[in-house]
Amino acid sequence: MRKRQLLDAAGPLLALVLLFLGWESAVVLFGVSEHLLPRPSRIFVEIVDRAPMLALHASSTVSIILSGFALSVVVAIPLALAISFVPVVRRVVYPIVVFSQLIPKIAIAPLFIIWFGFGVLPKVLITFLISFFPILIQAIVGFTSIKPEPIRVARSMGAGPVDMFLRVRLPHALPNLFAGLKMSMAAAAIGAIVSEFIASSRGLGYLVLVANGEMNSPLAFAGMMLLSLIGILLYFIVELIQRLTTPWDIAQRRLTPN
Amino acid sequence: MDEMSVAPGDAIVFDGLRKTYEALEGSIEALGPLSFGIRKGEFVSVLGPSGCGKSTLMLVAAGLDDATSGGVIIDGRPITRAFTDLGIVFQDHALLEWRTIIGNVMLHSDLRKIPAKELQPRAMDLIRKVGLEGFENRYPFELSGGMRQRAAICRALVHSPPFLFFDEPFGALDALTREQMRVDLEKLWLDRRQTVLFITHGIAEAVALSDRVVVMTSRPGRVERIIDIDLPRPRGSAVLASPEFVGYCAVIKDIFSASGILKD
Repeated sequence: MRKRQLLDAAGPLLALVLLFLGWESAVVLFGVSEHLLPRPSRIFVEIVDRAPMLALHASSTVSIILSGFALSVVVAIPLALAISFVPVVRRVVYPIVVFSQLIPKIAIAPLFIIWFGFGVLPKVLITFLISFFPILIQAIVGFTSIKPEPIRVARSMGAGPVDMFLRVRLPHALPNLFAGLKMSMAAAAIGAIVSEFIASSRGLGYLVLVANGEMNSPLAFAGMMLLSLIGILLYFIVELIQRLTTPWDIAQRRLTPN
Repeated sequence: MDEMSVAPGDAIVFDGLRKTYEALEGSIEALGPLSFGIRKGEFVSVLGPSGCGKSTLMLVAAGLDDATSGGVIIDGRPITRAFTDLGIVFQDHALLEWRTIIGNVMLHSDLRKIPAKELQPRAMDLIRKVGLEGFENRYPFELSGGMRQRAAICRALVHSPPFLFFDEPFGALDALTREQMRVDLEKLWLDRRQTVLFITHGIAEAVALSDRVVVMTSRPGRVERIIDIDLPRPRGSAVLASPEFVGYCAVIKDIFSASGILKD
């Protein structure tokens, strides 16, 4: 088991190393200009050289991602509960929420600048707008997909509404909730960058934009690479919490793929 | 009330129970009206074709569904909300997938607020009796269908309820597992003699397990006949091979043939 897990982890890592090696040698071999495509080693050097400045921008981006994500969780889960268990909300609010997702969010982002200025607020709101829908949908699926039998068994044991929720409905919903949280975390990373493209003088999104404008490709790539790294890291933090809180689901999926 | 099928002092009384469902074109008669009683400590099967409303009958008795008219009285009290003095087993094992086997059996402790210490010995005893020893810390998905259903039966018995309700508990199992589960269930029941309502569509299963079999008509399900099964217990293979056993099964088959549910 341990050996197989090691192999499972080694595969993607090896592929990544091969990708960088191929990239590096292709750039050197064909003499590609640094402005078009810098070598990975050049990007790493850039990251190390500019570490303090990059860290400053990165921390700004991370705080936008986390604020937007937190707002999504705080809004989406209560809303999902209302939509799942209050028929009026389900009939009236749910269609509006779904419809709102048809609006091209990136296109309305500039409006947020007009409404909320250039501070942190519009950036957090744009991030929220892009990241809250996956949690909402997955939470609704989680809360409503339980079969009637476990509910009946719990009722026949005298479960009240609080126990029914905490001990039956919520644990059942956890795998879906985490699927939504992971999708939302990925979406929040995109949302934060979009917001920094549009309205910022800080953050990795802003840095990439400026570096591009100056044809400073190594710096642009350095920013992008950090952004990817942050996105992956945040995603895996959620994944880790999932593994700790829903071990039954993880084990089940490992045994039965698909 | 039907004087023939309900006797004074019955532990469970179905009193003119009727259930209809609203459909696009008016309402559909699903069940009843029907009346019969189950005596204390008696094992009664309700046997009928699928769609006759026998599962609904059990849900209403458990207070998990409403009757359209009439109702169910248990120990003299009309059932108006979820009845909790029972153990219940469905065709779907209904185990909570995030709890281990012992965690599922001990669910009562959390929901009924019984100290875990009180339940633990009986829980382990039952797990041993149904052959799940060594699996108590496994999750349901790690077990076979038969083992899951055994765990569900442990969960229904662990708090020593006076009533047991089963809704086709062996319906999703293969024939061999079914046979063994039936034998084991009789053994467990003989220990305590709970009052049992057992829903099934298996003729041999009903005859082998029951003191009385309530034979139902197809929709709307009504009581066609109630048959006393006078066979010695435990009902081992010798009893099941006896002409009396075969005779009871034949009588029930004849009833279904006469009503067109079984055709040659």
